[in-house]
Amino acid sequence: MSGITADPTISCTPAQEIPADLSGQMLELDEDDDLEVFSKDTTLTDGSFFNASMPTSPASMINQYKFEEEADDKDIFITVDNPESHVTAIETFITYRVLTKTTRSEFDSCEYEVRRRYQDFLWLKGRLEDGHPTLIVHPLPEKFVMKGMVERFNDDFIETRRKALHKFLNRIADHPILSCSEDFKVFLTAQAWELTSHKKQGPGFLSRMGETVRAVAATVRGVKNRPEEFTAIQEYVDTFSQKITSLDKVTQRILKEQKEYLDELKEYGPVYTLWSGSEEELVEPLKGVASCIERCCREKEEQISHLSETLVPSLHEYVLCAETLKSVLRRRDNIQAEYEAKNDMLANKKADREVEYKDLGFVFGSFLGKNPEEAKQQRQQRLDGEIEELKEEIDKLEDKVECANNALKVDWARWQKNMRGDIRGAFLSTAEKNIDYYEKCLAVWESFLLSQKSEHSVEGTREQQAAKDARPQDT
Amino acid sequence: MADCDSEEIAVIGNTDLTAAELENNKNNTMAEAGTTLLRRMEISVAEAEKRTGKNAVNMQETYTVYLIETRPIDAAAESQNPTPDSLWRRYSEFELLRNYLLVTYPFIVVPPLPEKRAEFVWHKLSADNMDPDFVERRRAGLENFLLRVASHPILSNDKIFHHFLAEEQGWKEAVFETGFQAKADSRLKALNATFRVKNPDKRFTELKHYSDELQSVTSQLLRVRARVADRLYGVYKVHGNYGRVFSEWSAIEKEMGDGLQSAGHHMDAYATSVDDILEEEEHYADQLKEYLFYAEALRAVCRKHELMQYELETAAQDLASKKQQREELATGTIRTFSLKGMTSKLFGQETPEQREAKLSVLEEQIAEGEELVKEKNAECEEYVKNAWVDIERFKEQKDRDLKEALISYAIMQISVCKKGIQVWTNAKECFSKM
Repeated sequence: MSGITADPTISCTPAQEIPADLSGQMLELDEDDDLEVFSKDTTLTDGSFFNASMPTSPASMINQYKFEEEADDKDIFITVDNPESHVTAIETFITYRVLTKTTRSEFDSCEYEVRRRYQDFLWLKGRLEDGHPTLIVHPLPEKFVMKGMVERFNDDFIETRRKALHKFLNRIADHPILSCSEDFKVFLTAQAWELTSHKKQGPGFLSRMGETVRAVAATVRGVKNRPEEFTAIQEYVDTFSQKITSLDKVTQRILKEQKEYLDELKEYGPVYTLWSGSEEELVEPLKGVASCIERCCREKEEQISHLSETLVPSLHEYVLCAETLKSVLRRRDNIQAEYEAKNDMLANKKADREVEYKDLGFVFGSFLGKNPEEAKQQRQQRLDGEIEELKEEIDKLEDKVECANNALKVDWARWQKNMRGDIRGAFLSTAEKNIDYYEKCLAVWESFLLSQKSEHSVEGTREQQAAKDARPQDT
Repeated sequence: MADCDSEEIAVIGNTDLTAAELENNKNNTMAEAGTTLLRRMEISVAEAEKRTGKNAVNMQETYTVYLIETRPIDAAAESQNPTPDSLWRRYSEFELLRNYLLVTYPFIVVPPLPEKRAEFVWHKLSADNMDPDFVERRRAGLENFLLRVASHPILSNDKIFHHFLAEEQGWKEAVFETGFQAKADSRLKALNATFRVKNPDKRFTELKHYSDELQSVTSQLLRVRARVADRLYGVYKVHGNYGRVFSEWSAIEKEMGDGLQSAGHHMDAYATSVDDILEEEEHYADQLKEYLFYAEALRAVCRKHELMQYELETAAQDLASKKQQREELATGTIRTFSLKGMTSKLFGQETPEQREAKLSVLEEQIAEGEELVKEKNAECEEYVKNAWVDIERFKEQKDRDLKEALISYAIMQISVCKKGIQVWTNAKECFSKM
């Protein structure tokens, strides 16, 4: 994050609201951030928020999604590993070691080692989302166990979760705004008791309730004038969510079919070996075929492992991302709805002020024994005061909406780039592994052929080969 | 299928055949050289057709007939290209021909027919006899049968076989006129012999074990192969879904759209490629099946030997017991139990005249018995000699054919791998553009 270290005047504020005077500077922060370049192209041609004429140093050409690569100007490295089981009287849970190495100035030390459990990650995610409702926070692995698992804590499940938690923290570390969060720092550095006490701070229960109520009310009210670009994003997200869910299912299905194929293949080779026991001349070719099939089985096993470790989790991550996106869009809408509601209130108050209430006032006034003129003036003053208050609130909300929209726009472009990179990477890797699988199997069968050809029937195979070559190719 | 050693490859039948059929014929008809029919004539089973007619119980039935075409080789060589002689035969006639050959040449490992009903199918193939794929594979199998017979040094000279190829009408009557059915050994008789024979030739006993093992292992192999094929089909076909979803997804993407779309096409291609792959594998399965059925033919030769040996043993035993009786009669001692002996003990000795009469009858019987034993012995020896010649021929053929089949299986797998590399390399290219 060279942008931050190079400009010490800008401090990271864990802002619940982004004050108007700072929002401009925050946008500058993004502009200075060289790390928002994910492709190997030096030009940003997708019309993103960033200035195309921004100097792109070689140092900034980093593949953001390869967290293991040592980037030149990456100044924080986080690993999640070493799961351990803890048994208490009440429950059993797993903690993971979170190791942080950093040169950032806001960290007192350059290395931290803490243990965290899933609940802690959940807390962090919640805090980040509360603080930045329209930023896209990378999803956490699912809370509950998927169908088909017997134990909550089997090794595969833990390993998959660990990897996802690792990615989660690294994505936050790479995020220009989120990585500045105080909660994030506390998460990475605090000892257990410190974390517990920190968790207790922050907005109290009642104030959070109040926000929730307002949010629900806003949802019910609905947003009236959603800007076109956010409607477009909403439509995209709906379709994306469907497609990525389909892909996830298809990939799981492929995995299942491959496993079943492997099971049958494992029974196939041994029959050739069995046969070789009854034969004399045919022993070598039969055993050869058996051995080829066996080796292909091993390659198939590797292919299956790769699929389940690479493509499956990647696609699944983006299924969760789609849900995150939907929440983010909803929150943005709510912020706008709140603003619109207040605006409506203002309009009503202003209308109230203009209404002829002479008759009413006279009536009430005479009941209360007041002078109608006095009552009118009192009422006017009261309304004016209320109108002033509302205007102030509306100004704040207007800023809030603008900040939220800008934050989302920037993060949206960032998310799309990340998504492209991740998806491309996962499919590329899968394609490469498939090629590797076929190449290895090809070598196995070719060496078998070679061993057979060196014996008598060279004539026969050559004829056979010629016949095969003469056959019309229809793929 | 048989390998070809000599230069004279008698092969191509009708020039109207498609390239694929030509190819199939070539594979099927690489036959042994020698003074066989195949040297003089081209034989093919060119077509299959559906017919309907009344069967033996006067009911309507639908059946398939196959067109057999023959053409003398010299004519083709001189590129006169006359139209081949042809006639139609149905499967039951092939069966009749084979049964005739089995009975008439029991010492020969008679080539098997393709299966009557589709077995070892994996799910996509139907087990229906009318299914065009099944009919096609049966056509190829029947052609292979004819070529095997035509290239056999002994079978190819059989008159009934020539008649089968030459004249459609009157063939059935001709077969029945040979009276072969009467010569057929009953199943019961054969089974009986198997259990009771005392001294069969060791080689035949071993051969019988081998044929059992061959049958068991090839049928197991065919079963597992079919299951593997089924699963492979599943793997490939599911990838087709990527094609569909990528295509739909590409509609909402700007930069990724093209890459996704074209990757989707390759996924579709991958999914459809499995159809050809598995069809080719069916040829391999057919080669295995032929030897599965050959195992039965091997066993039949062994059974015949057991039967002959048993008959020889029985005749020898009879002779021995008759000689024993003669001895007893001559010396007056009764060592063996006989009803005659008992009754004569109870009811009095027989007269010397009676004894003389008995003795002379016995002598006659002994003389006959000795003739019989000599005959049976000679038959047995002849049988063993001839059978073993054909068994050696069969063994060489089997080793050659199966080795070639395994090699062609490896070649198939190589082709599958190459196709896979191609598709995924293309897909990788598209992914990198996303």
